[in-house]
Amino acid sequence: MVCPVNGARPVSEFVCWGEVRLMLDPNAVNDATWADYVFNRNSVPDIKREWWCHTPSNTWFIAERNTQTDEILQTYLYNGDAA
Amino acid sequence: MPFRLLRFALSGKYPEPRMFRDRNRLKSSYDAVIVGGGGHGLAAAYYLARDYGMTNVAVLEKSYIGGGNTGRNTTIIRSNYLTAEGVKFYDQSVRLWQDLSQDFDLNLFYSTRGHFTLAHTDSAVRTMRWRAEVNKHYGIHSELVDADGVKQACPQIDLSCGGHAPILAALYHAPGSIARHDAVAWGYGRGADQQGVEIHQQTEVLGITVKAGRVTGVETNRGEIATPRVLCAVAGFTPRILQMVGLRSPLSIHPLQAMVSEPMKPWLDPIIVSGSLHVYVSQTARGELVMGASLDPYELHSTRSTLEFAEGLASHLLDLFPFLSHVNVVRQWAGMTDMTPDFAPIMGKTSIDGFYLDAGWGTWGFKATPVCGKTMAYTVANDRNHELIQDFSLSRFANYRLVGEKGAASVGH
Repeated sequence: MVCPVNGARPVSEFVCWGEVRLMLDPNAVNDATWADYVFNRNSVPDIKREWWCHTPSNTWFIAERNTQTDEILQTYLYNGDAA
Repeated sequence: MPFRLLRFALSGKYPEPRMFRDRNRLKSSYDAVIVGGGGHGLAAAYYLARDYGMTNVAVLEKSYIGGGNTGRNTTIIRSNYLTAEGVKFYDQSVRLWQDLSQDFDLNLFYSTRGHFTLAHTDSAVRTMRWRAEVNKHYGIHSELVDADGVKQACPQIDLSCGGHAPILAALYHAPGSIARHDAVAWGYGRGADQQGVEIHQQTEVLGITVKAGRVTGVETNRGEIATPRVLCAVAGFTPRILQMVGLRSPLSIHPLQAMVSEPMKPWLDPIIVSGSLHVYVSQTARGELVMGASLDPYELHSTRSTLEFAEGLASHLLDLFPFLSHVNVVRQWAGMTDMTPDFAPIMGKTSIDGFYLDAGWGTWGFKATPVCGKTMAYTVANDRNHELIQDFSLSRFANYRLVGEKGAASVGH
């Protein structure tokens, strides 16, 4: 896996933190919508944008990965675009 | 023996009876369709036919029966769980297992070995004691044993684990067993087939028709079927089926790998599990060691194997049994597990009439095969959740009523 700061490193140095999602405002939504946000996931194989962390350097970044073939298409630092 | 083998070469037709009939034609409608010909789906088909007289049932399997997680797990059967719901449910399952060979007239090689979950830290010892007390309360034979007790049952073990994770105690669960997993699928398949259930292999579900909140049919690669009831029992493929009916779930798909050693003389009687070292191991009737560890750490819809896994598992196994350093690994494989956030399954009715779910079995589904079949058959036949699975419904997440079964797979969480 290629860390945007440290370059190519063994995948065991990285932790995946799940798909990039926009956090809902818990005060603005009802319980059912909040439960959907908290628990439900889109687990159909696809090309997904995910949060990853290079743990030795604590670099958080985004990886675009095919969850069926495990191919990493690109990695880049978060640029404020969460959705 | 050579003459018996010769028969297979000379005979134009396969000379032995098949386990079940090969159906060459899909009917246009069934009373129920079961998606997934693994242990759970076939067990549900068997009990639907046997206990509820529903025989106009089709089991659709996109590959071959028992080729998914039923044939990929490490075959451990136990009921030493942590929550009341879990303990009651798995205890039923262990009881069903014990009579299954006779029910089927087929040797499942069901072998009661005793199951040790090793504790290497004080906090693990506390959890083991907690689990032992919950188990005893429900009449299940579990107890905390000290390190000497472990050594007595398994003299080959290195109690110091190489010096860095000494074994302090263990949760001993006497009914812990192993069984031959392929035979479970074949047994249920044959039993269901004999009662008229149709098993269709190489039949992939491409879509499920829902009209006005009710299931009306299934679209397959071999044509369309009309049916009022669909049971989905497809483990790692569940999110794809749920997408067809527009349901969302908390499932996350991770590969779980395992491997097996070359055969050895029998030396390991009990099943040994260590949560801290992420390893579980048992010796089969053929003498191979079957070994597993924890999940791969991120979502992946694939059954590929990795060298990291084999290296990690081997090094932990050597901590427990240093003398295995010369033993070869002969096979390594993976299955796709459907994990839930509370380590309990998702079973029963859904918000779509006639669509029943048996999923979320993650890393612990094999041991529950008989009881899942029984309770899902009840649920499908009566359109009402069986009392043992009421706490496992998909709606528990929306209602914030999670189960919290951390004893689920002993390792990795």
